Amino acid sequence: MTYAIQAEGLEKRFGETVALDGVDLAARAGTVLGVLGPNGAGKTTAVRILATLLRPDGGRATVCGHDVVREAHQVRQLIGLTGQYASVDEMLTGTENLVMIGRLLDLPRREAKARAAELLERFELWDARDRATKTYSGGMRRRLDLAASLVGRPSVLFLDEPTTGLDPHARGGLWETVRDLVSEGVTVLLTTQYLEEADQLADDLVVIDRGKVIADGTPDELKTQVGGQVLQVRPVDARDRETVAGLVSMVAGNGMQIEGDLVTAPVSDPAVLPTIVRHLDDAGVLVAELSLRRSSLDEVFLSLTGHRAEDSHAPELVAEGSPA
Amino acid sequence: MTASTLAAPRALSRRVGPAATVRHTMTLAWRTLVQIKHNPMELLDLSVQPIMFVLLFTYVFGGQMAGGDPKVYLQYALPGIIAQNALFATLNTGVGLNTDITKGVFDRLRALPIARMSPLAGRILADTVKQAWSMMILLAVGMLIGFRVKTDVAGVLGALLILVIVAFGVSWVSVLIGVLVSAPDKVQIFGFTTIFPLSFSSSAFVRVDTMPGWMQAWAKVNPVTDLADAARGLLNGTAVAAPATKAILWAVVFAVIFAPLAVRALRRRV
Repeated sequence: MTYAIQAEGLEKRFGETVALDGVDLAARAGTVLGVLGPNGAGKTTAVRILATLLRPDGGRATVCGHDVVREAHQVRQLIGLTGQYASVDEMLTGTENLVMIGRLLDLPRREAKARAAELLERFELWDARDRATKTYSGGMRRRLDLAASLVGRPSVLFLDEPTTGLDPHARGGLWETVRDLVSEGVTVLLTTQYLEEADQLADDLVVIDRGKVIADGTPDELKTQVGGQVLQVRPVDARDRETVAGLVSMVAGNGMQIEGDLVTAPVSDPAVLPTIVRHLDDAGVLVAELSLRRSSLDEVFLSLTGHRAEDSHAPELVAEGSPA
Repeated sequence: MTASTLAAPRALSRRVGPAATVRHTMTLAWRTLVQIKHNPMELLDLSVQPIMFVLLFTYVFGGQMAGGDPKVYLQYALPGIIAQNALFATLNTGVGLNTDITKGVFDRLRALPIARMSPLAGRILADTVKQAWSMMILLAVGMLIGFRVKTDVAGVLGALLILVIVAFGVSWVSVLIGVLVSAPDKVQIFGFTTIFPLSFSSSAFVRVDTMPGWMQAWAKVNPVTDLADAARGLLNGTAVAAPATKAILWAVVFAVIFAPLAVRALRRRV
């Protein structure tokens, strides 16, 4: 197995704050490694270290076998970086931004222009190529950011929360692009606080919380690790909720939860389904909904950390409001 | 990119050579200058504002100064106005750098295989070009309304050179502030609150011997006095050697103190 990215025991402190407390991660060449965690978990710090922007206080990391501290210059020739902080120049046009990066990567002027045109076409920015990027929409900006990180045909691409703030359509477009790049052989490290995104894109996942890796594996392995499936029962009559809850507890054991009139419980044995049907029938409870589905990553995250990974309405509350 | 090109190990360079460093610096200087094209306000900053200053000083204050003849005052004040403008223009460097850092452009550049000094060097180079542009505009407008160069071409070039050198030295303060503050407009605020009093309490706009004694004492040690006197000497044919030497020494002092502080602060911040 060849790893395009490997990190062992990464540590980083900012004053009193411990941002990374011994993080290990590895991305297999030509795959997507998802780094999942709430705001403030240390995802961005990890990416900044791997992308040579920050020196770790402890541990080591390599990109394509090159040490990110001692061989930073070599690493920089291999990587592309897109994130909330690695941005294009708002005062320049799309073309000028990409040509500038091409020139900084030592492409001859003509080649830099050709590469810029090719990327502007690919990311559907051709019509906006001669406009200052401050006039671009959020989605266009993000596409140009991504294009800018691809000018040098990187072997390893770091995407730090690439879809945060994008509408669903733009998000879907970006996912397509990531899949295309991986099919071309690029290794992608993607940080996200969206579990759906990690589920959609990542071959392997690392879950980080408060500077530590708290779980890793494929998305399926992680889901299986946490009980695997979820039983959901919703009575027609909300007054039957307590009865249903009692039956579900009896059949499924621990972990029963009530949300409104929906009763859920993690289960590992699929045989609970006929059992619960029988019990509900005996009790004479009519159900509006009865299902057995696989755990979502959200539930995985909840069970791993004791708090949810995201709150789409108030994402900043997640980091601050997480229980100590 | 195909899988086969990936499989073959890439030939990686081990370090950035001097030729590449110069090339990267030039590219980044180009980038700063081409920004002007998309932000005409900046051109206004570089041209219209200085012109306004020349006209206001000449026609508003000129009548009361130097015996009532605006042209006589212009002949005295223009080198001082150019000096003050050069000091204000050093703020560009800090503002631009702070914008790059806060917007994330600086990180994108640092993740590229370019010389570590190129982003800053490119910006300083571009700002020097802007400096020269502003100075020439000021001189041209001054000459249009009656300023006469009493020396020669060498005098003019000497004046531009000394202004650029001092501006370069002072711009390290601007770089340091640009790295330390949280937003670009704070660089402006810092600049205005220091450069205004400094330039008005110097020989830039009035002769030092017209000031009260205590202020004369300050004005005589104020670096802006040396800079204005040096520019005046080189354009008007008055004494040059002493103020020019002192002005350049000031530039060296500023650079020696603030360049290391600025570079250290930059390494820490990013």
